[in-house]
Parts: sequence; structure tokens; C-alpha cells
Amino acid sequence: MAKTPRTLYQKIWNSHVVEDRDDGTSLIYIDRHLVHEVTSPQAFESLRAAGRKVRRPDLTLAVPDHNLPTTARLDAAGNRLPIADPESAQQLAMLEKNAPAFGMRYIGATDREQGIVHVVGPEQGFSLPGATIVCGDSHTACHGGLGALAFGIGTSEVEHVLATQTLLLKRSKAMEVRVEGQLAPGVSAKDVVLHITGVLGASGGTGYVIEYTGNVIRDLSIEGRLTVSNMAIEHGARAGLIAPDQKTFDYLKGRPYAPKGAEWDAAVAWWTSLATDPGATYDKVVTIDAADIAPSVTWGTSPEDVLPITGVVPAPESFADASKQDAARKSLDYMGLVPGQRLQDVEVQNIFIGSCTNSRIEDLRAAAAVLKGRRKADNVRWAIVVPGSGLVKEQAEAEGLDRVFTEAGFEWREPGCSACLGMNPDKVPAGERCASTSNRNFVGRQGPGARTHLVSPAMAAAAAVTGRLTDVRELV
Amino acid sequence: MEPVNQIEGRAYPFGLKNVDTDVIIPARWLKTISREGLGKGAFEAIRQDPDNLFDSPEYAGSPILVAGDNFGCGSSREHAAWALGDMGIKAVIAPSFSDIFSGNAFKNGILTVVLPQEAVDRLVEVAKTDTIHIDLENQTVTTPFQDRFTFEIDPFRKHCLLNGLDEVGLTLARDAAISSYEAKLAGERGFLTHGTAVAA
Repeated sequence: MAKTPRTLYQKIWNSHVVEDRDDGTSLIYIDRHLVHEVTSPQAFESLRAAGRKVRRPDLTLAVPDHNLPTTARLDAAGNRLPIADPESAQQLAMLEKNAPAFGMRYIGATDREQGIVHVVGPEQGFSLPGATIVCGDSHTACHGGLGALAFGIGTSEVEHVLATQTLLLKRSKAMEVRVEGQLAPGVSAKDVVLHITGVLGASGGTGYVIEYTGNVIRDLSIEGRLTVSNMAIEHGARAGLIAPDQKTFDYLKGRPYAPKGAEWDAAVAWWTSLATDPGATYDKVVTIDAADIAPSVTWGTSPEDVLPITGVVPAPESFADASKQDAARKSLDYMGLVPGQRLQDVEVQNIFIGSCTNSRIEDLRAAAAVLKGRRKADNVRWAIVVPGSGLVKEQAEAEGLDRVFTEAGFEWREPGCSACLGMNPDKVPAGERCASTSNRNFVGRQGPGARTHLVSPAMAAAAAVTGRLTDVRELV
Repeated sequence: MEPVNQIEGRAYPFGLKNVDTDVIIPARWLKTISREGLGKGAFEAIRQDPDNLFDSPEYAGSPILVAGDNFGCGSSREHAAWALGDMGIKAVIAPSFSDIFSGNAFKNGILTVVLPQEAVDRLVEVAKTDTIHIDLENQTVTTPFQDRFTFEIDPFRKHCLLNGLDEVGLTLARDAAISSYEAKLAGERGFLTHGTAVAA
């Protein structure tokens, strides 16, 4: 008898069930656990207090990223520079102490492999297709771009995984978001995922794991797929998934922690078998026409507040439900925008190219292609590029991209989360705007009072050149 | 964890949609290495307004927050749950919650109650003047005005909340099942089992 057709999500889920319980939950095995300094100290403290060990330190990888300043980390003599903020310094020191104490691999602040945890995982081949991957960070969804079931967890769950290498979970519903057609020139993976977020809404994916399918997704590079899956959480889905294919295997082969030799072949065979079977059904299917996707920008304080760059600021009354009207009024007030204003007339003072969404080599290439031979506008006060990892930084420097950025008036920084989240020194001043390649435009996200417009790397570069939100198609 | 069952008292009539975890607790408060004391950073941006709900003596110490759709969206920071707990909040009522936030709240003994928008709208009105009563055992929310709303909750979560159970301890007791899975995995998909211990 033929097997019941199953989705990619069902296959990964089924292969990770330690045991199903009567109450509808399952104990799920976790293959990879990424740890950073912000959401781990309390988990390690609880383990110590209870006299518990880390069950599988070999399946756990720790790297600092959120708190690290992105300015130079070593002085001219090669000595480590101190972290000015005492609380950040303490939190970073805790990870540096806890990771080796519990026996896990620790990539330190000055190691060349250091970077944003979601850039480091795939880059090191630690993140693998078909694996369950968790991290105390909601953008763990990112690793779904490789075909891993990856999702963010809270600190209590970090402790649970450290102690047991499992999580108690309830199976999510499965949604397919199918993107078909031909992307217009100037439209990137970031625009695709911003558009999806606009279509689904910030809570449209709540309760679902989303598989992104269709020729547009298949045609994306691995970097592009990581960008799309990264923002699954911005439409409420805990995880995103993209079926692994030859592109995925080519990306992973030879990376430090990827399988080797005969194990590689066995891995590829299993990964290939994970694709959703013909005839498998999803709980919900959303179809998106690539022709509807323009270079996009957010105008409000939720990632669902997305419009094509050619659009105008919407009137709160244009929204159907009363709570959204109320939210839009508050957003426009915070953002200092008025209904009817052309998005392309909005001046920006800050440019941030970086974050786990858009700090990989391809992102830097896209931004540099726009900036080459150009300079940032005078009203742009602060423009920074923060590579996702030390290895991305090395690669970019080998390609001469750093010089393109510095000649355009950008600062070329050390890897980290930087201005994505207003935690380390990289912040946007109150009342100022930032064209940002990060993932969240929440109130205060880039610093108290900061106004964030989410865009692609090419669009951020275009905004730097003109000093206002700009349709990148005018510059290419 | 303290057991949770009956929660009764005044409630913050908040009601706003898409309240993200950066609003609940901004990133600068995440540098702590403790779970304590985060209440003072809760809703910091909203508290810039002198007439805000959270500093109003009317609602001080309320054990319930009535919120809008998609409450707790955004980051996975458990600090959001710790901050609410530190404020004395024991339950949040909303039309929907982000998956990660509701998990974090549960693990800290904070009950998340999902009710339809109309019920939440009604509770926002009641909360402005009167108390709200949540009965976890019977899965009801009631008001002094004969309103009675029933809610669904995952049976496992309900059981843990009612009995104040520690999930890590429960799972550690399943060690044999986990070891048996690991043995099976090593045989079937050994390539997944090396992690950072893979041969160079």
C-alpha cells in the first residue's frame, strides 16, 4: 500500500518524536542548540542550582552577538578592548565562563568565526536540513532556509533543552505559502518576505509552520532563502521551511561541521527524501503572484505595515477593523508621518545594513552594487555596514566591498546584532529615521523614539545615496 | 512554580493590538542575568505618558491584563513574561497570543486566556470600573455583571499550572525514552549526531 503523502514539516516532525503523550503533546528531540549571551544566563544558573548537566554539549554551540559592540575589539597590540557597558560586559563574561564550564564549543568575541548566531550556524555547517534547531531567539526561524525545523524558544526552554535535549511540543498546523511567477528587476528576497508579511499580517501565521514553495523560492540563493525564512516569525509563524535541494547541498558541503564522507552521502539521501510528497495537504495555502511584489518599505511600527516604495502613507480610516485603525494612528504618530505623504519623500538620517536577516555576503554585494562610485547624501548622518560574521567580513574584504562602503561614507564594522535591536551601543537617536535591513520596526526597537523603515540591502543603499526612501530601480 | 487556579481582581484595560515584546520590555533591560526586578522596565515607552494605564493608582497591582490581538509578538525574550510577573500580573486575556510568548508565560505560571474579540472588548469595558474573575479549574472568566465566558486551554498546561509542576524535572524522568531515541538515531541518521564533535 502506498504511504500517505506527507509534507516536509510532517516528515521532520515524525522523525524527531521521542514519545507521543496522551495529552496531545510530543517530546521532540532537538538536534542542534545555538546559545547566545542574552537568553542563557538564567538557564545556566537554574542548571547549577539544580545540580543538572548539559545532556549533549556536542550538539550545542555558543557565540556572543547581541551585546557586543561592533567597534574594534582588539587594540593595536592585539589585546582585547574592554566592553564599556558594565551590564553587557557581565552578560558576555557569563557566556564565556558558562559555555566551557558546561562543555560546549564556544566561539569567542575575537575569533574569526564569531558572528550573529543565525549567520554562524549555517556558515559552520552546524545547521543542517531536516534537523530540529532551537535558540533563545525568535529569528531562529532563519535556519528553515536550509530545510531545518528551526524555531525560537524562551529561557525556560533553553534550560529544558540544555538538560534534556528535548522539548515538549504540540504539533503546529502546516501552511504553504507559494510564490510563483517572475520577480521584477530590483526585487529581492527581503521584498518577497516583506510582501508576504503584508499579505498574511503580523499574526497570520500564528499556530502554523510555514513552508515557502514555488519557483520564486526555489530560484532564490541559499542566502535569499535564509532571509525569507528568517522573517517567518514576523508573520507569526514560529518556523519557516524551504525544501532542501541541490543548492542547499552545494552550500553545505565541506563546511566545518557538515557530515563528511559516507555520512555525507547518507545525509544527502535522507535530505532529498524530505521534500513534500505530491498530493500531501496543508491546513492552509496562500498563493502569491511574484508580479505583485515591488521593492518594499514599511511605514508603521509592525512588520505587516508594508507598502511598495511607490506608495503613499495610508490613512488609518482605510483599515477595516477598529483595532487596526487605532494601531495605525499610534504608528503614524510615532513615525511622524501623515496620510497621503509619498514614501519616496521621506528623509532618512541613518542607514543600517546588517542583522541576521541581511548581513550575508550576497546582501553586502547587493548594497555595494548600488553604492559603487556613489556617496551617501549629506543629510545621512550615520551609515553603517555590519557583516554577519567574521568570515563574511573576510570574504567581503577579499572582494573589495569594504572599500566601496567606506568610500561611500559608510562605517565598516565588526560582526554582531548591532542596530537591529537597541541593546548594544549601535542605536538610532530619538525622532530620527533609519532605513534598515533588519527585521523589526517596533516602537523603540532601534533605540527609544527611533523610527525604523525596513528595506532590502539594495534599497538601504539607495536611501543612503539620495537621503530619502528611494526606489532602487531609479539607481540601477 | 506556584500553583495557579483562581485569579480575581482589577485588570488593566489595555486592549491594544500587536503589542510586541519590545514594548513589553525594551532590549536595554535584557542585560540582566537575573529573572527578578524587570517590572520597572515593563511598558517603558508607554509609561512616558504621565496619564498611562500602568502607573495609574486605579489599576496598581492588578493581577490581570486585558490585551488586544497578537499579544507578545516579536522576540522570544522570556524577560517579557518575567516583567509581567514582576508587575504582579498572573493572567493575560487577549483574542490571540504569539506562540512563543504564551509558552514563556506558561512556564512562569502566567495564564494566557484566549477569548473572542467581542468578549475581550466587553472585558476592557468592565475592567475600567470593576473586577474580573478567572477560574482555571472550570475554564471561565466572569464579571460582577453576570458575564460568563469559557475558554480553552491545553490539558497539559492546565495540569502543570494547577499543580505548579516543573517541566524540566518531568522530562528528566523520561531519560530512558530519550536515550533509546538517541540510540535509534545513531543507527539510522548518524550524520545528525556529531554536532561540533564531527571529524575535521
